[in-house]
Amino acid sequence: MTDLTFQFENLSEFMLMAGHGPYVWACYLITAVALIYLACAPLIKRRALFAELQRQARIESHELNKRKQASTENS
Amino acid sequence: MGWQWFHRLGSPRWFYEKTNAWIPWLALLSVALLLIGAIWGLGFAPADSKQGNSYRIIYIHVPASFLALAGYYIMAISGAVGLIWKMKLADMVMKSAAPIGAVLTFIALVTGAIWGKPTWGTWWIWDARITSMLLLFFLYLGVIALQEAFQHQATANKASAILALVGTVNIPIIYKSVDWWYTLHQPATLKFTGESPIDSSMLYPLLTMIIGFYVFFALVLLMRTRTEILQCERKTRWVKALAGGQAS
Repeated sequence: MTDLTFQFENLSEFMLMAGHGPYVWACYLITAVALIYLACAPLIKRRALFAELQRQARIESHELNKRKQASTENS
Repeated sequence: MGWQWFHRLGSPRWFYEKTNAWIPWLALLSVALLLIGAIWGLGFAPADSKQGNSYRIIYIHVPASFLALAGYYIMAISGAVGLIWKMKLADMVMKSAAPIGAVLTFIALVTGAIWGKPTWGTWWIWDARITSMLLLFFLYLGVIALQEAFQHQATANKASAILALVGTVNIPIIYKSVDWWYTLHQPATLKFTGESPIDSSMLYPLLTMIIGFYVFFALVLLMRTRTEILQCERKTRWVKALAGGQAS
């Protein structure tokens, strides 16, 4: 079984990583941002599409009502 | 009877409704695997004897590179299926895979450059592996650009599928580049046949991250394809009902 002990003395050494910290943390940060973007992009797009469809539906039902009103007034 | 599922795949609505329940499970699994793998790789795997702590970048660099290539397979194969059988869903998968693959190739290139600085002393070199990965990135961008370049979606799908298929020549070059032109990039860490030159204390977190990236890729590809389905079928009654507007 692999040994699971924390490899660093304390948190500041964990951040520094003997001088390699900036490189390592930059990579993980960039990757985290990119993956969060990938996960959010389709959700944002779907929300925008649904908002647009709801707007269209409102316009359609509004026009339908107007036409109904006009026909009842005419008769 | 046995082929029924294949014909059903022709119906984007069936696919959309079928995959509803998968999303939360895939999301949960991928977040768990990526968190465990990252914490394990960053804090609990031992430092490398030659590279020190900078090697910890491997836990994202290698999985991202794997998926950059796997994403290309998926894109090219679904492009071919769309070309041959005129299957709408396959075209949607191709279209959805391109930006995800581009982002993962970008991650592989950027983390590779950042890893190169402390290890090789340079951010960039025109090494065969790195150059062929850059070409892969441009192929993804080409597919994305072709999707936008045509008025008719069918023409766009045809053009990008052909580009994706022609671009597959690049794939074996990427795989073999570290052996054919052995310059700066280190050879493969994982081997499917024979012993991998990596200790199990580093291998397990790496495998966790690779599986995590695969599940994440599946999740995001599914989400994008589903959104693409809604986009294509937005005039239909079922999508209008889903959007919450009054379906007429």
